[in-house]
Amino acid sequence: MSTAMVNPAITGARGLRPGRYGISGLLKSEWTKLRTVRSTMWTLGITVVVGIGISALAAAETRSHWATMGPGQRASFDPTSTSLTALLFCQLAIGVLGVLVMSAEYGTGTIRATFSAAPRRPLVLAAKVIVFGVVTLVVAEIVAFASFLLGQALLTAPATHASLSTPGALRAVVGTGLYLGVIGLFALGLATIIRHTAGAISAFVGILLVLPIIIEALPNSLQFDIRRFLPLQIGGVMMSVNSQNAHSFAPWTGFFMLCVYAAAVLVIGGILLVRRDA
Amino acid sequence: MIEAHQLTKRYGDKLAVDQLSFTVRPGVVTGFLGPNGAGKSTTMRMIMGLDGPSAGDVTVNGRHYHDLPWPLHEVGALLEAKAIHPGRSAQAHLQMLAEANHIARRRVSEVLEIVGLTSVARRRAGKFSLGMGQRLGIAAALLGDPEVLLFDEPVNGLDPDGIRWVRNLLKGLAAEGRTVFVSSHLMSEMALTADEVIILGRGRLITQLPTSELLAQSSQRFVRVRSPGIAQLQAVLEREGAVTTTEDDGSLSVRGLDEVAIGELAATIPVVLHELAPQSASLEEAYMELTEDSVEFHGGAAGVAASSTGDRT
Repeated sequence: MSTAMVNPAITGARGLRPGRYGISGLLKSEWTKLRTVRSTMWTLGITVVVGIGISALAAAETRSHWATMGPGQRASFDPTSTSLTALLFCQLAIGVLGVLVMSAEYGTGTIRATFSAAPRRPLVLAAKVIVFGVVTLVVAEIVAFASFLLGQALLTAPATHASLSTPGALRAVVGTGLYLGVIGLFALGLATIIRHTAGAISAFVGILLVLPIIIEALPNSLQFDIRRFLPLQIGGVMMSVNSQNAHSFAPWTGFFMLCVYAAAVLVIGGILLVRRDA
Repeated sequence: MIEAHQLTKRYGDKLAVDQLSFTVRPGVVTGFLGPNGAGKSTTMRMIMGLDGPSAGDVTVNGRHYHDLPWPLHEVGALLEAKAIHPGRSAQAHLQMLAEANHIARRRVSEVLEIVGLTSVARRRAGKFSLGMGQRLGIAAALLGDPEVLLFDEPVNGLDPDGIRWVRNLLKGLAAEGRTVFVSSHLMSEMALTADEVIILGRGRLITQLPTSELLAQSSQRFVRVRSPGIAQLQAVLEREGAVTTTEDDGSLSVRGLDEVAIGELAATIPVVLHELAPQSASLEEAYMELTEDSVEFHGGAAGVAASSTGDRT
């Protein structure tokens, strides 16, 4: 291609517009990023399929064993948490996506293009938090409601079932979606600090699943005091109507703790983002 | 216009860039030359606000990169080839950059057209060759129609056609009055493209000068003379202050006088000239001479380290 051909085409969009780039453009940009890679479709697809599918299986399985269950089992049976069983698995898929939203930019070098377009890095992080947070929250709520409704429909008489008007049920279903949304942001925050996909996923899984096992080795009294702070414990309480006990936080207290964790890693991540070289 | 003032970058106890001051002017192609590991990429990343300087300062059009209101409209950069998510298409990559700076969607198609990637715009970039990755990087640099353009080793991985295309593109951009700053470790490439060169060795500025002057300054410049009356001519030339050497093939190498002076002196004698040929050491030689002391990794065992470390210090 000759220089003469190139020139007129390059001179296109001259004339700087007033103002400054800001969050609105970055939100669009982050939305484009999120929907143009396959990992988003895969992780959210797994969330939907596993969330609804396995929850339905759990409900159907309980129903088929109902006749052989003892009176004590029947009395303590929580149809709400049964229909939301699989959402604890979904947090792994959502956590992986949360990690990838940030770590994939570092892994591929896209981060330098991103920060060239928007050098105010906390603004980029804010746009990621909003776009990823809203998308996962919407998907997680849809999965939570679908799992609940399908699960309850499968728990036919004589098994007990819940409805959205059952005390605590709506709170548990909405809480499940919220828990997944915030745990995703927690993963995003970890990835902002750690920057490597494998490292961030390890940290996420470690905090979520390995930490509870380690704590199990502690003396009982200490164990209960610590365990209530764990995200998994908080999630378990949020997702059920009656699993709350003296050793765990109330559902919304737990949720508040979780929000504090997510905010903490995101703020630390944001500070490091500004301080470190891209 | 890019202005660096005492720019310094330290990694641990290693100085990657050491009190570097230079100015890159609009309207010309400025080459940024230095051996691998000299600090070229680090400097470019500091210009782009990606790496923070340990000391000193660098501005683009008088502002720090961080403070540019519409960065892509003011500065475009190709920093590394294939710095793109392999699962994302070229189209989507450019679109997300465009959206961040409110650049019209049609501009994405335009730059894809300019770099010749229109036909593969929707293909996953992971399948791109290095050359296609370079073209996509150039498309991204052109996206905001910026006044200042930075290219880090833009011809890496390109075929000869692609190299010629990049050369013309850079010259064209400079001819439009833009500031074009292009790094390379290959002097020969810069000789064909750059009007001016900034030479870097071990993070320090060695020199900044017009490409033509770099050539002229080289101590290797001499004039080869053949003549039937060579002995007579040699005496006259030496009297005029030239340093001459008789070569094995009977020709005379003359340093210190140019071909015009030699020709005129020959006419005054007069002697017949069979050859009067100004010899330039290649720019490559001139460059080697300048950077001789500042090559970070010399041959031998250290050579392996040099190639694996690459240019990304």
